[in-house]
Amino acid sequence: MKTSKKTIENEARRDFLKQSSVLSALVLSPEKAIKDPNWDEKIAAPFEKVPLKLEINGVKHTLNVEPRTTLLDLLREQLHLTGTKKGCDYGQCGACTVHSDGQRINSCLTLAVTEEGKKITTIEGLAKGDTLHPMQEAFVKHDGFQCGYCTPGQIMSAVACIREGHANSEDEIREYMSGNICRCGAYPNIVDAIMDVKKGGQTV
Amino acid sequence: MKNKDERIGGRMSRVDAQLKVTGAAKYFAEFEVPNLVYGVLVPSTITKGTIKSLDTKKAESAPGVLAVLSYLNAPKTPAYQTDEPSKTSSGRGPGMKAFHDNKVYFNGQPIAMVVANTFERATYAASLVTAQYEKSSHQTELKSNLDKGITPKSKSLQDYQRGKKDAYQTAPVKIEAEYIQPTEVHNPMELHGILAQWEGPDKITVYAKTQGVKMTQQVIADTFKIPKENVSVHSQFVGGAFGMSLRVWPHEIATILAAQKVQRPVKLVITRDQMFTIAGYRPHTHQKVGIGANKDGKFVGISHWANVQNSNYEEFTEATVGMTRFLYRSPNVNTTYRVVPLDICTPIPMRGPGEATGAFALESAIDELSYALNMDPIDLRMKNYPEKDPEQDLPWSSNHVREAYQLGADKIGWSNRPKEPRSKKENGMWIGYGMATGTFGAHRREATARAQLKADGTLLIQSAASDIGPGTGTAMVQIAAEVMGMPADQIKFELGETAFPYAPIQGGSATVASVGSAVHEACMALRQQLVELSGNALKKAKVDTLVYEEGRVRSPTDRSASIAYTEILKRNNLPMLEVTKEAKPGEEGKKFAMYSFSVHFVKVHVHPTTGVVRVKHAVAVADAGTIVNHKTASSQMMGGAVGGIGMALQEEAVIDHRYGRYINNDLANYHVPVNADIPDIDVLFVDKKDPYINPMGAKGLGEIAIIGMAPAIANAVYNATGKRIRELPITPDKLI
Repeated sequence: MKTSKKTIENEARRDFLKQSSVLSALVLSPEKAIKDPNWDEKIAAPFEKVPLKLEINGVKHTLNVEPRTTLLDLLREQLHLTGTKKGCDYGQCGACTVHSDGQRINSCLTLAVTEEGKKITTIEGLAKGDTLHPMQEAFVKHDGFQCGYCTPGQIMSAVACIREGHANSEDEIREYMSGNICRCGAYPNIVDAIMDVKKGGQTV
Repeated sequence: MKNKDERIGGRMSRVDAQLKVTGAAKYFAEFEVPNLVYGVLVPSTITKGTIKSLDTKKAESAPGVLAVLSYLNAPKTPAYQTDEPSKTSSGRGPGMKAFHDNKVYFNGQPIAMVVANTFERATYAASLVTAQYEKSSHQTELKSNLDKGITPKSKSLQDYQRGKKDAYQTAPVKIEAEYIQPTEVHNPMELHGILAQWEGPDKITVYAKTQGVKMTQQVIADTFKIPKENVSVHSQFVGGAFGMSLRVWPHEIATILAAQKVQRPVKLVITRDQMFTIAGYRPHTHQKVGIGANKDGKFVGISHWANVQNSNYEEFTEATVGMTRFLYRSPNVNTTYRVVPLDICTPIPMRGPGEATGAFALESAIDELSYALNMDPIDLRMKNYPEKDPEQDLPWSSNHVREAYQLGADKIGWSNRPKEPRSKKENGMWIGYGMATGTFGAHRREATARAQLKADGTLLIQSAASDIGPGTGTAMVQIAAEVMGMPADQIKFELGETAFPYAPIQGGSATVASVGSAVHEACMALRQQLVELSGNALKKAKVDTLVYEEGRVRSPTDRSASIAYTEILKRNNLPMLEVTKEAKPGEEGKKFAMYSFSVHFVKVHVHPTTGVVRVKHAVAVADAGTIVNHKTASSQMMGGAVGGIGMALQEEAVIDHRYGRYINNDLANYHVPVNADIPDIDVLFVDKKDPYINPMGAKGLGEIAIIGMAPAIANAVYNATGKRIRELPITPDKLI
């Protein structure tokens, strides 16, 4: 089980240490902690962070995160799962699409703390070992990308598009894949890839 | 067995496809660097003036903040103390000195950078920085400043005249019209930025989003006055660029300064709204075209004027009026190009720079003329096809545009085109067909490749090229596979590192022609060495008469006289055979006019009540010489067509001129094509080798993929509705 507990270093002393809640925490702290040169930061940190348990690509994580941290930034900056991309940070481009309990979501519009107890799947969790997921295979075969930056989001969305039952025709695919922008313009190939997987009938 | 898909002309899947579909491809912001901290920019809130005071105290005392960098405290940049900003590295350097003084040149200009130990903390602290300004009045509107246009310094954009000036006015049939291109923004999906680290007092490492690692290296070395070798640039994967990464932007230098200040690696990823304000755009352009013909359709004269949006602190130009000088035979041609300095960021080439804008005007005007002459627009173009380049008075290296017209017309079903505008409906929609031509210089630049044939029979080729998406690595592997007669899976091409031999920027559709030639020459040199080391039997034969197949070289006549490359290395006790070859263009550019050509055809539906335009079918035809990889080249053409649909129907960055600020700078309000906007797109290639440009005979593809698409749509909209829209984008309000 992976655990990520980041220690905060070299920070300025904080105003809110003056607040009573922190002071009362100080009273309850063991003497050893108070002798630590960064004692104020160490005591303050837990007050800024909240515990979070979630499962990512089958791995359980116990984390402490700031409530303002998005799922996207948690994945990319803290867990180094950089397959999920930041394209706009406003929920307008779909590059950050991941699955949360099987549903496609924009991870940039999702505060990490709201995913407590959820199962997250990112592009890194789609293949089974060295065997690509049928959708990944189809994107390679149909050249469903150029620069590759929107690709993880497109693929996660495409898998969900089939699972949702929204891949019954090319036009339906176009509509239900329109939340994922591809500036290189690979759309026709993306539609072909999804149609191919849908017609192949493989479980996605 | 030889796999044809792995050779020149094949349909091999991308060599980096697996990395891209699994999320393993690492873009600049994704490298794990110890002690990394985050930079967030503070933009100016005025458009022009000076900063009177900057209050950074609150930000500095916010949790996790290491520094707030601004002109008040940024480390001194050596080059900024002496040189004019625009002189750094011949225009590829930042035109504006980052954090150098208190001047504000445009709205959103970075005035400070907050550095903190998490992204969230840096973002919050940046919101705490406040500035007091001394405001000056600003000008951001092109329309009201057209009279302030100035002749650029650029040699190629001086006034041009062939024959008589404005001779079109004397022609029996003539068209004179104005065409407007709004500001368009590249908006690649990956946000711009940089990750910078000082490895020592004069040593810098960066992970960059660049279209040329050697270019970025040179600019950084020049800016900080340190040896080029001390600057390492890593950029293996670039999440699209379309021209925006053809220079080093001020915020990149600012990040390097921040890393110097805090003595830790700093990462900056700019926001989507900053992608509009601080990283270039396709400039807003007002054009006028006058074109006149005799009654048989022969052109008498063409005049083309362009007034182009520019910044106030450096000059940007692009070849907006360039194609008008040579695409058609006309005895009289004159062109005029003016830049209009405004209080905005400097533009930067955006896919099909200049030509895409110019083609909208020229190719719309020719379509207008075709109706005035009652001639088919293809016939009109055929009638004025120039047998040689009328501008340089040189023969074409290759020009198969007439064949491209025919291929495209057949595919789209041109014969179904209504002769009269607004005369045909399909499922209740007006239908129309349109076409237009595109062209772009088939450039080739100097490049070097290093090839290493190893004892295990694998081949490693390295060159400091870039791949912003076209599939450079894949094409290079195919070229090497073709020359060496080796399976593609034994060949690896590495790019995007300054440690590799020189390659030019990936811009102007020149990578296959330039780097491909270097790969070709390096492999040819390897073959030569292999033959020399192979022993007497093969040595007698001429190198190029021998057959190179399945990792072996053999006599053309005697199949048994064959030897494996690995065996040659083994017999000579060589762990590896290495060659480095530089490839340069020769004199061919002086003897021939070298251009790629494209023809775009579209069929549109226009809703009679709402004016909504839908492209129902598009056909893109390219005359780009040899096509190295039909799969990736087809994707590239398709992508350009998608970009052209955006240009024609959707894209417009709007400034509120009262404040000098963009009002639609995000992807919800600046509309780029989404999947539902894109129809079936057929891509066709003439696929005829250019005999002169390079050993492969390949001309560039990236730019012509978009050039001509927007006028093809505008022309189809006229054919469908009888309304000539001369201002892009063609939104419903302009049709109802």
